[in-house]
Amino acid sequence: MGERVGLEVSLAVSEAVKLARADVIAAYPITPQTHIVEELSQMVADGDLDAEYVMVESEHSAMSACCGAAAVGARTFTATASQGLALMHEVLFIASGLRLPVVMAVANRALSAPISIWGDQSDVMSERDSGWIQLFAETGQEALDLTIQAFKIAEDRRVLLPAEVNIDGFTLSHVVEPIVIPGQEEVDSFLPPYEPQVILDPEKPVTMGPVGFPELYTEIKKQQNEALLGSYEVILEVWDRFAESFGRKYRPVEHYRTEDAEILINMAGAMSGTARIAVDMMRETGKKVGLIRTRLWRPYPFDEIRNAVKGAKAVAVVDRALSFGGQGGPMCSELRSALYPLAEKPVVTSYIAGLGGRDITVENFQTIVEDTGDVLANGPREEYKMIGVRE
Amino acid sequence: MAETPGDLFLPRLLPPQEFFAEGNRGCQGCGAALVMRQVLKAAGPDTIVCNATGCMEIISSPYPETAWRIPWIHVAFENAAAVAAGVESGIKVLRRKGRYHDRRINVVAVAGDGGTADIGLQALSGALERYHDFTYVCYDNEAYMNTGIQRSSSTPYGASTTTSPSGRESIGQKTQKKNLPMIVAAHEIPYLATACPSFPLDLMDKARRAFQTVGPTYLHILAPCPTGWRHASDLAIEMGRLAVETGAFPLYEVVDGKLKLSMKMETRKPIIDYLKPQGRFRHLKEDDIKEIQRRVDENYEKLLRRAELDEGG
Ligand SMILES: Cc1ncc(C[n+]2csc(CCOP(=O)(O)OP(=O)(O)O)c2C)c(N)n1
Ligand code: SF4
Ligand SMILES: [Mg+2]
Repeated sequence: MGERVGLEVSLAVSEAVKLARADVIAAYPITPQTHIVEELSQMVADGDLDAEYVMVESEHSAMSACCGAAAVGARTFTATASQGLALMHEVLFIASGLRLPVVMAVANRALSAPISIWGDQSDVMSERDSGWIQLFAETGQEALDLTIQAFKIAEDRRVLLPAEVNIDGFTLSHVVEPIVIPGQEEVDSFLPPYEPQVILDPEKPVTMGPVGFPELYTEIKKQQNEALLGSYEVILEVWDRFAESFGRKYRPVEHYRTEDAEILINMAGAMSGTARIAVDMMRETGKKVGLIRTRLWRPYPFDEIRNAVKGAKAVAVVDRALSFGGQGGPMCSELRSALYPLAEKPVVTSYIAGLGGRDITVENFQTIVEDTGDVLANGPREEYKMIGVRE
Repeated sequence: MAETPGDLFLPRLLPPQEFFAEGNRGCQGCGAALVMRQVLKAAGPDTIVCNATGCMEIISSPYPETAWRIPWIHVAFENAAAVAAGVESGIKVLRRKGRYHDRRINVVAVAGDGGTADIGLQALSGALERYHDFTYVCYDNEAYMNTGIQRSSSTPYGASTTTSPSGRESIGQKTQKKNLPMIVAAHEIPYLATACPSFPLDLMDKARRAFQTVGPTYLHILAPCPTGWRHASDLAIEMGRLAVETGAFPLYEVVDGKLKLSMKMETRKPIIDYLKPQGRFRHLKEDDIKEIQRRVDENYEKLLRRAELDEGG
């Protein structure tokens, strides 16, 4: 069985990549992702990880090199954040369009301007529609486990899509947590070497990345979307298999004290930890509050979300990103549309908090729940509220 | 390497196999398609091409058709070198782990002048500096042809393009052609060469040498473009020949830092011979042509001196 150690979460991600025996790592440093790639460089330098580490000159080239390496059948990893992810934007869509199972960790960070090295989830939300499988971790253990699982999901022949593990910058990436490091043999049997279906090989020449004319483009995109939607079942399967091997269970949405809850908080990432504490405190004062944490963001778990909110009077969605000039929070708008077709549905309220490294405190969660209670009593007001703003 | 009546035998000296298929969607008389054809003949079947967006990518891969008889990948416009770096690194590690065969494979990045000198320069520089074992082929048709003949930094002085049009107040392209081979040479790679498909044996010799060299190598190949240069489609070979023989596009190699001219021309044809048949230069006045002649001479003399210096040393 695995060994439980105190480890910085970034290093746990690197450990996962090592345990997954990644073949090619191409990455460019950016805070708060740096510890992940520094550790991987060291592992390669020490011979602990037999991989090619390509020290590219930009994130655009990092993702491009990952595409090239995956196209010859290498298990491929990169990590980035914020401006780096934004610089990759163009190639993210190509990785998914070419059906290349690249795995990436994103240490979520705010987008410039003003430049901010601190955490929020604007970076990944801007890449929401890039066709990647997108997962959010709350804890270090989860960051490690999801990274290992991401390879297995991405490389599954029914999927063949890139996958991304989001870990909040600093609040998760830089904290030390007790983490069980699985044994190499266990991981090897869970995740055998990547067996690609089609590769660039002179023995069987193929053309990858051709021009798609209007007669075919739509069909190709439909196919790609079906693969992403279809990955849902594979993800559940991989999680079952993981639970069998490692004893830790995962599902698309995590429930915390949701039984009989009248107001549910919905959010993703590390700040859910604070939300739990707030839920406990509010429960002590008799408030029926619970938390549903989104782990799987793409493909969106429509049915799980619909089931999770059954019986609740309201869902308060907390987004660490702001869709300027729109409906406010991207996670909220997704949940709202998921619930819209239901005959009976809870009231949905939207809150933006934790931008650019601002904390979301227990008090903030209490305010959010009180405000939602107010909406329940007095009816809807503004589209969304920004929480913890200094006036 | 001079082209003589003996050239009748030339076809017999070329490998018969075609890896860049006929029937692609290139314009009639496309010089860049000839570049592909000749480079791949030299490369042979054990080759992987990473192609940047541009004419050669567009004309060759209208799904579900393909002109490529070797494995080929297109990812984007500015990243052919980075994709090639990934391919090379992937093969290297998989081979080490026994998951890819052992035959030597030519990893080749192919891009136009725009994809090389402008938007792709960073990725190219990175890949050269990291010393990947690959060959970068820039086919230089001296503008962004695929998007409609816009200027690039490789467009020569005085050429009219759709974004450097000649007009009452403008000569057309006002800047001088970026000296990309020398920028590449500054990376101190083991081999680079300039070439032109009008001199196929020379081109293929250089390509073979590039492929055989371990480490990053670079071929800068002039690709006459009847559509963009606005000359008759049966003149592409002639235009390439004139570009070389006037000194506008000198052929040379830089081997381990030493420059060697592929043909030394004490006397050269006047530049007007090259400019005249091309519509992109039609607007030039006598003084403009004199100025271009002066620049060509100056550049050529500079190159001669460098070659002499390198030979002497
Ligand atoms: C990021 C990006 N910017 C712009 C384009 C549009 N574009 C495609 S090909 C091209 C020009 C290519 O020029 P060059 O590299 O010289 O190749 P050529 O078409 O001349 O063969 C441009 C501007 C693009 N595809 N991607
Ligand atoms: S525009 Fe020029 S380079 Fe492009 S296919 Fe036509 S002739 Fe060839
Ligand atoms: Mg061009």
